[in-house]
Amino acid sequence: MDFSYSEEQQMLQDSVQKFVASQYDFETRCKVLEKEGGYDKANWELFAELGWLTVPFREEDGGFSGSAVDLMVVMEEFGRGLVVEPFLATAVLAGGLISALGSDAQKSELLATIMEGKAQLATAYAEPDSRYNLASVKTTAVRQGEEFVLNGDKVVVLNAPNAAQIIVTARTSGESGDRDGISAFLVDSQAAGVTLRSYATVDGQQAAEVHLKDVKVTSANLLGEEGKALPALEQTIDQATVAICSEAVGAMDSLLSKTVEYAKTRKQFGVPIGTFQALQHRMAEMFIDCQLARSIVIMAAMKLDSNESAEQKAKAVSAAKSQVGRAIRKVGQEAVQIHGGIAVTDELDVGHYFKRVTAIEHQFGTTDYHTRRYARLA
Amino acid sequence: MTRIVLAGPSRRTKVNADFTAEELTFQKDVKAFLESEFPSDIKHKVDNGIALEKDDYVRWQKILNNKGWAAPNWPVEYGGTGWTPTQKYIFAMEMGLYGAMEPVAFGMKMVAPVIYSFGSEEQKQRFLPDILASNVWWCQGYSEPNAGSDLASLKTTAVRDGDHYVVNGTKTWTTLGQHADWIFCLVRTDSTVKKQEGISFLLIDMKTPGITVSPIVLLDGEPEVNEVHFDDVRVPAENLIGEENKGWTYAKVLLTHERTNIAQVPNSKLRLRRLRKIASETADGFGGNLLDDPVFAGKLAEVEIQITALEFAELRTLAAVSVGKAPGPESSILKVVGTEASQFIDELYMEVAAYHSMPHVKDQFTEGFSGEHVGTGSLAASADKYFNHRKKSIYGGSNEVQKNIISKAVLGL
Repeated sequence: MDFSYSEEQQMLQDSVQKFVASQYDFETRCKVLEKEGGYDKANWELFAELGWLTVPFREEDGGFSGSAVDLMVVMEEFGRGLVVEPFLATAVLAGGLISALGSDAQKSELLATIMEGKAQLATAYAEPDSRYNLASVKTTAVRQGEEFVLNGDKVVVLNAPNAAQIIVTARTSGESGDRDGISAFLVDSQAAGVTLRSYATVDGQQAAEVHLKDVKVTSANLLGEEGKALPALEQTIDQATVAICSEAVGAMDSLLSKTVEYAKTRKQFGVPIGTFQALQHRMAEMFIDCQLARSIVIMAAMKLDSNESAEQKAKAVSAAKSQVGRAIRKVGQEAVQIHGGIAVTDELDVGHYFKRVTAIEHQFGTTDYHTRRYARLA
Repeated sequence: MTRIVLAGPSRRTKVNADFTAEELTFQKDVKAFLESEFPSDIKHKVDNGIALEKDDYVRWQKILNNKGWAAPNWPVEYGGTGWTPTQKYIFAMEMGLYGAMEPVAFGMKMVAPVIYSFGSEEQKQRFLPDILASNVWWCQGYSEPNAGSDLASLKTTAVRDGDHYVVNGTKTWTTLGQHADWIFCLVRTDSTVKKQEGISFLLIDMKTPGITVSPIVLLDGEPEVNEVHFDDVRVPAENLIGEENKGWTYAKVLLTHERTNIAQVPNSKLRLRRLRKIASETADGFGGNLLDDPVFAGKLAEVEIQITALEFAELRTLAAVSVGKAPGPESSILKVVGTEASQFIDELYMEVAAYHSMPHVKDQFTEGFSGEHVGTGSLAASADKYFNHRKKSIYGGSNEVQKNIISKAVLGL
């Protein structure tokens, strides 16, 4: 048993850590948010240059490893620095689906452009009535000769405003809720019939409601076998779930260390507030939550990299999201409360970490959703 | 429903919570008044989560004032209603359940009680009528960047110079400072004595030269609070309330008034009622609605139960007040539990919103927005509300300070 990182993982961690420490302080991040597209294109090129965009992909696809533990290393440091570049949307989600479903031709074309930093992509899976059930798909794709005609609505599609192409899940057969009959299509975001209601999210990402009205795609845009996309979608979302849990672990570490630092320096009643035992115990509890979150995320990442069944992997992912979700609520709220008024202002970084981890809590399923999913998986 | 029958020599103790016939009639009158007089355009905004403007508050308060109902808690001689505690409770409950705003607290609940309790006759004449009619808006100058929970350590100074005080310093968390005409401040007039004993209560016209207001943007992106800077601001000595160096005593009285309805029971009940309806109409993704989810339904039930307990805790406090006891440190319970329950309701709204908790779409919650509306109702504002409402357990004496009060004043620790 050994939880220490390999030499490559250590190098990867050092490299991301160095970037965050030297080029991504809070003030810089605020400026990044103001840039066109809500991220820094120079950073994106740097990510490609440093090889970070290859991390989610297997060696046979030209990637670094495709290992969940490697991805965890990167995401944790992104979380520590509140990095907003659309790594998750483009490389982990869209890249993951293409990698899982794409034909050799699709993979060689698309994965290379992702890894070179030349593509921005999005994945549209959630719908107004689906909540977190990935099989709840009402968007339809009807075959007409060599074409499919897509109709439906997708919600909160991350990075859609920046994406040249959006992967859309649509039902080619069956009823909403059926596991069979869901297909994935690459849709040009400029295609006739595609409209976006774009906005920023509370945590500074770019997203959109995506509407599809008689959008025509050819069968060349189909990813994988018709009607068989769900297992790959589930597997990709599970990978992405562990990735954002890792991000939360990094962000919560920042919240804890900032809170402890503040408690040591902020004086009220003539003494640093960190001398009050009532607050000391609460920070000790934050530490416990952070450590449990870190531990269960490592477990889940290792499980994803193992040869266990898909069901055991899913169960591990839900365990992690459930535990991390509880930690987020406690650590996030306590960090704000112990800081007091200053933490509900826009000017202090603590509130922005709080917003990011809260968004993570509601992405890919809440604590309750994942606790239920865990209980259902034997 | 709720009536407190007090133990007394002429009345055997008989615990009940029913309204008398007169109280039921009063309740009917309040309901009818709200239905006919609360402006429909403001009601539309409240029901749809659209941001209210200053004029909405002014207009509604003028309607209340014309009816004579703007200030139920004031003594009758200054414009109060003379209602019994039960009537006041009914009024606050019906207002809250209808979604009608309470008058802005800074004038009505915070400075006015200090003015009518400790101010001169001239100050009463000068300030109270304009507060009642919402002609003049007030803001609060208490907290400072280094005086939060430890409010008494405040450093803004007021130095007597002839018939003026010269004020220097910075106040913070000044809600509505950008809209206020006047500010009431705690200032240090003596730094040689124990910190609580050198504080005075001063009323300052916001148009006085030397005052600058700088907005502080909160987590939801709104400049809701401000820093107010005082740079050699000359304030007429006649604006001092009561005696010099007695300000801390006056402020404590004010804090007691601030805590009436701090439990926010009517508002929480209204929000829960709406939440239950939205949840019943929200698909759970598995063919049912959210109320079919036993975990969610359980959480909703838990908070409803807590609000009920809180309501009766508040009624017991009210009963004590009605026999002439000042609301004691027990009102700290109302602050702690009321704010935490309210914050928990924010969390449930986010859970109902699911992915739609993430969009930051302030534009669609302003009057006249005509673009595509994201998410059902105001669900897309749920995270922004959650972030903003974290202030509730921090302001008005943080919940930690409330627990200190309970530890010391109630438990004697």
